[in-house]
Amino acid sequence: MQMTATAQRSAMARHDEPALTSVFVAYTVSATVWLLFSTAVGVLMAYKFGAPDFGPGAWLTFGRLRPIHTNDTFFGWASVALIGLAYYVATRSSRAPLYSVKLAWVGLVLFNIAALAGTIALDLGYNNGNLEYREWPWPIRLIFLAALGLTAWNLIGTVARRSTDDVYLSNWYIIGGVLWTCILSLVAILPWYQYGLGQVSVSGFFMHNAVGMWFTPLTLGVFYYALPKLLNRPIYSYALGVFAFWTNLVFYPIIGAHHFLFSPLPWWLQTTAIVFSVAMLIPVWGGSSNFLLTMRGRMGDMTHSFPLMFIFVGVVGYLIGSTQGTFEAFRSLQEVWHLTNFTVGHSHLTMYGFITFAIWGGLYTLVPLATGKEPSHLGLMLHFWMALVGSFIYVISLSVGGTIQGLDWEHGLPFIQSVADMQSYWIWRGVGGSLMLLSHVVFAWNVWRMTHGASAPSVADGSASAEPAPT
Amino acid sequence: MNKLVLISGGSTLVFSVLAVVMGVLPGVELSRIPPGVGVQPLTALQAEGRDIYVANGCSYCHTQQVRPLPQDKVFGRPSAPGDFTYQTPELLGSERTGPDLTSIGERQPSTVWHFIHLYNPRAVVPQSIMPAFEWMFQVVDQPPAGVMPIALPKIYAPARGVVVPTHAADALVAYLLALKQPALPGGEGGAPAFSGDAKPAGSGDANPAGSSASSSAPAFSSAAVGGYDAAKGEALFVSTCAPCHQANAEGLPGAFPPLKGDAVVNDSDATRHIRIVLHGLQGARVGGVVYTSPMPPFAGTLSDSDVANIMNYERSSWGNHGAPASAEQVAAERAKSQ
Repeated sequence: MQMTATAQRSAMARHDEPALTSVFVAYTVSATVWLLFSTAVGVLMAYKFGAPDFGPGAWLTFGRLRPIHTNDTFFGWASVALIGLAYYVATRSSRAPLYSVKLAWVGLVLFNIAALAGTIALDLGYNNGNLEYREWPWPIRLIFLAALGLTAWNLIGTVARRSTDDVYLSNWYIIGGVLWTCILSLVAILPWYQYGLGQVSVSGFFMHNAVGMWFTPLTLGVFYYALPKLLNRPIYSYALGVFAFWTNLVFYPIIGAHHFLFSPLPWWLQTTAIVFSVAMLIPVWGGSSNFLLTMRGRMGDMTHSFPLMFIFVGVVGYLIGSTQGTFEAFRSLQEVWHLTNFTVGHSHLTMYGFITFAIWGGLYTLVPLATGKEPSHLGLMLHFWMALVGSFIYVISLSVGGTIQGLDWEHGLPFIQSVADMQSYWIWRGVGGSLMLLSHVVFAWNVWRMTHGASAPSVADGSASAEPAPT
Repeated sequence: MNKLVLISGGSTLVFSVLAVVMGVLPGVELSRIPPGVGVQPLTALQAEGRDIYVANGCSYCHTQQVRPLPQDKVFGRPSAPGDFTYQTPELLGSERTGPDLTSIGERQPSTVWHFIHLYNPRAVVPQSIMPAFEWMFQVVDQPPAGVMPIALPKIYAPARGVVVPTHAADALVAYLLALKQPALPGGEGGAPAFSGDAKPAGSGDANPAGSSASSSAPAFSSAAVGGYDAAKGEALFVSTCAPCHQANAEGLPGAFPPLKGDAVVNDSDATRHIRIVLHGLQGARVGGVVYTSPMPPFAGTLSDSDVANIMNYERSSWGNHGAPASAEQVAAERAKSQ
């Protein structure tokens, strides 16, 4: 609570330690490379929906590219970017040095070895059973788990040495997310309870938690740090943030089975998942209203702050994407939407509209503070609008198309009709995806400007400017 | 420090408990489900095929779970827990960009069709967007002994040589053909046909795709009808025609027309039937439905007597009563077109 913006400002008055900055920069650059790669793979796949004979051969076949796209987005991009942000946020908000710079570097190397080995393995056809987000062969997932363990140790060590009295809310979410994901990854790897339908229940548990107990808490941790910093005012309610933390923790792990509604999983398990999917509205609405109320009266700031716009989209993406998830869990709606492309739209609304926009907002807010270098206004503008418009086109086309797909099935049309009816929506998806890829190229340029470009005099010497965007 | 321990340790403890209760324990319990009646482990070749299925990510577009919903009836009876005992890794899937494959071995029992379809799906389903798996096949000048070259439509066939499956394609198709749903106990009688259509929700024959494959095999017993080689006619029909028209001659709705009860097949004049087999057909209206997928011409691959044998098999089976055709008639029609 005492972590007010003023306190943070005085913390910022010192130069960031160069070691922390280089760790933060390295994670950011590494994540950016993976984002470019996995999005390029995504666009290639989108193209194949209209031209299935394009890129023949085993290495470019859809079923091998699909897990490469999702896993590299998951592990290479979002995980690495968020860990870089987590190091920065934990260190700065604790007003302590990073516990171990060396461990942070070792972690980054391991994350990249895992992502690279995983990509190669999948392309060679070593796929651990098409199980969402755990397609990598288990030794590779062990490398990721080891890196995650190092990260947890390093973050806890940093916060333990804090010079503040309290543990800032961001660090609750960050440390919680990393520790829970260690447990989760272990549960996903151990084989003894994963035969037949048993593995289905573990899949439901894992694929859901891997998003909501990993990306969500780390992203919320970034919100809780970056938003006060951008607005130069404290978070609306610290208590609401704590409340959302515990409710998310208790409700979220229960709802994984909603990915297998109408499956042969026990009906009670599915119903329990639906009930707690509704309960998830509590932490989701609690958290997002906390962010929106922090912004109250200051929405106008967005007109001259792209970082704030990115974060605003991230908050709204959290609100809409998660609420949509609750509604999707209802049996009546699942009857239509389950197994259709609507699901793909939903996963992009959340992983992109929420997580990815939030990461960008966090990076555009914090990297300039660390390096003293700014992206250009044009770069920010191009990135923001292409990413926003692209993802709108993407999500809307798949949501509409997926609904049509589901209705086709309900009407008993020949299956191939649902494929034919999707064609125009898949084209629009490709248009949206291409815009998203273009925006990522601009993002990479912006990252370059923030890390290796010329120093911007306006924020040099940590002049306590809480408004990094040029006006 | 204490507060940090409380937050990180306490929340991790809560999560660990939930991970055990919601992840591990259901896993333990459900891993013990015994196999359903008639559910068999895969053979070595089929298991190899399953690995290829996984390696190439087939389950990103094909589910293997039939839901207890009306729209899923075409794929078989609702999946039961005992169906999955031998299925590790599980392949239930989350997207149905392509059709469910739970009972594909029943719905499409033809090896030939699967080979054509894997080589290039658009050869049999023009609107398909499934990748072609050409790399699982080889182009050779002469097929090895005992191996049937794959009867590809001309535009998909290589310029020279013939296409034969590699071991990978053999294994994959063996797996696909093994995907069947044994009858649930409590269904009627000991009949091998699965009892999915006897489920409470009616509208059984709304989509024949599910029921056609399951109906008992056509009676091949009436061998000695007329003066043609019934056994040869049947064998050729199964390898050449059944991939699309199905072994029970009911066709695939929307894709392949039925031959059972068809006017051309039952006509007293065989001329049109001969022409269609020799020269192929596309866009014909049969029973009020226009079929757009092309039927390839067989003039180049079947001899006059083969064509006659197939035709006579068709014209005398499944209740059809068309006048028989002779090899001479086929030869005459063939001569006319040259």
